[in-house]
Amino acid sequence: MKFSSRMRDGLTRRSFVTGLGAGGFAAAFPRSAWAISPVAGIIPAQSSAQWHLNISQKHIEIDRKALKAPCVDGSLPGPTLRWRQGDTVEIKVTNHLKHEHTSIHWHGLRLPYTMDGVPGLSFMGIKPGESFTYRFPLMQSGTYWYHSHSGMQEAQGLYGAIVIDPAEPDPNACERDYVIFLSEWTDVSPDDMISNLKMQDDYYTFRQRTAASFPQQAREAGSAVAALKNRLMWSRMRMAATDISDVSGIIYTYLLNGHSPDMNWNGVFRPGERVRLRFINGSSMTFFDVRIPGLEMLVVQADGNDIEPVPVDEFRIGVAETYDVIVQPGDEKAYSIFVQSEDRTGYARGTLAPHAGMEAPVPPMDPRPVRTMVDMGMGDMKPGMSMKDMKMPAQSGTTAGEKSAAPVSMPHHTDVAPANTAAPKKAASMDMKNMDMSDDDMAGMDMSDDDMPGMDMGAKTPAKSVPPAHMPAAPPPPLEIDDPGPPPLNVENQNVAQMPIDRLGSPGDGLEHNGRRVLNYKQLRATRPGTDLRPPSREIILHLTGNMERYIWGFNGRKYSESGPIRLKRNERVRFTLINDTMMEHPIHLHGMWSELENGQGDYQPYKHTIISQPGSRLSYLVTADAPGAWAYHCHLMLHMELGMFRVVVVE
Amino acid sequence: MKGIIFPVLSVVLACSAAGQARADNSQSQDATSPVVTIQHLAADAPSATPFVPVGHMNPVMDQGTYFHGILNEMEGRYSASGTDFRWDGESWYGSDYNKLWLKSEGTLERGRLQDGQQELLYSRSVSTYFDVQAGVRLDLDDGPMRTWGAFGIQGLALYQFEVQATAYVSDEGRFAAKVEGSYDFLLTNRLILQPQAEFNFYTKSDAARQSGAGLSDVDAGLRLRYEIWRKFAPYIAVTYSGYLTQARRIVHDQGGKTGTTRFTLGIRSWF
Repeated sequence: MKFSSRMRDGLTRRSFVTGLGAGGFAAAFPRSAWAISPVAGIIPAQSSAQWHLNISQKHIEIDRKALKAPCVDGSLPGPTLRWRQGDTVEIKVTNHLKHEHTSIHWHGLRLPYTMDGVPGLSFMGIKPGESFTYRFPLMQSGTYWYHSHSGMQEAQGLYGAIVIDPAEPDPNACERDYVIFLSEWTDVSPDDMISNLKMQDDYYTFRQRTAASFPQQAREAGSAVAALKNRLMWSRMRMAATDISDVSGIIYTYLLNGHSPDMNWNGVFRPGERVRLRFINGSSMTFFDVRIPGLEMLVVQADGNDIEPVPVDEFRIGVAETYDVIVQPGDEKAYSIFVQSEDRTGYARGTLAPHAGMEAPVPPMDPRPVRTMVDMGMGDMKPGMSMKDMKMPAQSGTTAGEKSAAPVSMPHHTDVAPANTAAPKKAASMDMKNMDMSDDDMAGMDMSDDDMPGMDMGAKTPAKSVPPAHMPAAPPPPLEIDDPGPPPLNVENQNVAQMPIDRLGSPGDGLEHNGRRVLNYKQLRATRPGTDLRPPSREIILHLTGNMERYIWGFNGRKYSESGPIRLKRNERVRFTLINDTMMEHPIHLHGMWSELENGQGDYQPYKHTIISQPGSRLSYLVTADAPGAWAYHCHLMLHMELGMFRVVVVE
Repeated sequence: MKGIIFPVLSVVLACSAAGQARADNSQSQDATSPVVTIQHLAADAPSATPFVPVGHMNPVMDQGTYFHGILNEMEGRYSASGTDFRWDGESWYGSDYNKLWLKSEGTLERGRLQDGQQELLYSRSVSTYFDVQAGVRLDLDDGPMRTWGAFGIQGLALYQFEVQATAYVSDEGRFAAKVEGSYDFLLTNRLILQPQAEFNFYTKSDAARQSGAGLSDVDAGLRLRYEIWRKFAPYIAVTYSGYLTQARRIVHDQGGKTGTTRFTLGIRSWF
């Protein structure tokens, strides 16, 4: 495919106004009939409050995989919708599919629940031949996305980006502004994937440990005996350390703005310009690790909300998350946007260059991650180390504090992470520093700061019935804690995390200690304080559970059809605590309300719509139930959602 | 008042550890601290007032039914005296909890169908890795037919051994048992070595079907398959089929072969 370089250069309205005109050219084709959107990644020159989206099937072939894909306006991804904060947008969606209902969900947007686009919760879906008009005011700004919430349409191409201009001047405005929409492409239907996985859980995994890989593992483990012991341990648990992604590059081609790596999506810049890249993970089953070799990325926004800029070399983006980064390429040369799938079975790729059609070297993929006992929820405990030993530092650390509300547990919110120098110095964190317990010291004790609360919980109460003292320096604890206790080991649940730990400081499996600066959740600090600073009056503890062998997913050992709704009172302030008993990451998405991640940033906790729960971890976030209605709450891995990791949250 | 008035605990299930921890925490809380209630209930527990979807449209489909079949063995067993053909397969239809299984095996020896066992079973998932199964078994081949009631378990044992163990009772009051196991040893991700064995036990001998009391026969194989794709894998194997103890004497007296080891070629496939 050849397109004018002008169409590829992602000019913002400012540039447009100064007369380059390319943005206008792009805007002239917002509803083109091209299969792979020729303007993919280009943000329309101007926002509009009125849209008409047509959903139809389109024959698309990428990487020799052909599919009659349901998509918006015949393009993949669908058109980028540019809106403006404060406007009331009106989007008419017409269903031209022959036999299927459809819907569009506006991911991350705060709106009346009847406009949320989830069939069965918000409305009845859009029948073939019919239209539905969404109408809602825009109370927020930033990068978001939309996708179908009907059947498996989202996995086959029914998605696109949303860019909402802030009403105030944008602190992160750049000369160039591109959407980088990440997704997958395959000609295998999602229903077939589910059916195959029900029969064989490692159907798509061809990177398992084998006899052939034993010598290498033995070298890495130090001895053949150690490697063998490790294999026997996993085999005894009937699990696989190589279980990273359920569906892999064996069938997926990973796309960047609808372009396969060969098609090499191009974004143009002039050396010295600041380029904003709005990364959206619109895939259905794949976590991506993003880097641009040779360029530092300044992360300025997460899930549509501005954060204090964090300079990184790499970041992981979970399914449905968004991150905006700013890069400033100074040289007249090309740079690869290199996006590996977490399981390293493939990558998406695009190029930033001074001229269209240039290429930069594509780096080799990193080694694939291997799950460890941390992922199994066994904490970071070394064999032979007693629980008592582990508890000691935490106790001494907090007894030195004057007003700690949590004598037995290291406060969750210690700001020890070096990157968080701007973090408010809470009493507890100062205690930490006075105690001279840097990361390094603690590493010498085989425990990192992140790990203590989890260990402590496990040590004290295997039944996990102590309300965790999340808040240092004493906001009163929640009034009510809904704690189901550890989930049962049953048909639908394979594992119980004995010692779930705080992994917010970890960039994720496969990214630790890779020599690069990789973003982690503790570094996310909002630029504005939260709008509701009340402490929670209720805590809801949920276990993420599943049985990989039978391929069933759920919460608390139950799939959706066996559970009831989670009921919240209007304006209730609730803490959701997620304990991940599975050995996989789950991107948990609550519709309609913000999830304020309790990552130690105090009043500046980041507002997110999708939060990655790492395997074997425990995390919490606060929700203000200010949006009445029925809302979907689910894992955004499409097959997990479809097979039970889904709940309805009802705000009364 | 500090440290004197402890927060009142309302704990449905008594838990001394929890009580201790709360007491510790109370040190720093004053009398105005709110009462903490720990509900040992899941917030998403099944509800007496369930959510009714708009238009009864289920937002997700986690109650699907699936249909699969697998031919674990479909093979020719070669020897100088003639080639046997053997199959062993099963198919199932159903949901996560309830399934209907059809299992079938048999050997064609010199034009004569032997060892034909066909089972129709209802299967219920009972634990993380195991199902219990109950139904009927028909010994259906060129020998006299026998009918059995069947009850067994099937699943994935520790260390990832696939196992099946089934007990049978016949319409004549006899008992029998069958135990099967296999293990997939990955040489590479596609080249897989699978030891497999099946043992049959009977309480009484049945000369017409070449079975004897006690451990009656064994059918085992060491198969090396290559998964060209997941659902289609040709293999080479060494297989052994033989009679043991009393059955061995019965077969010997009938002039049959009591045990043979053979070079085998086959295809494993499923849908």
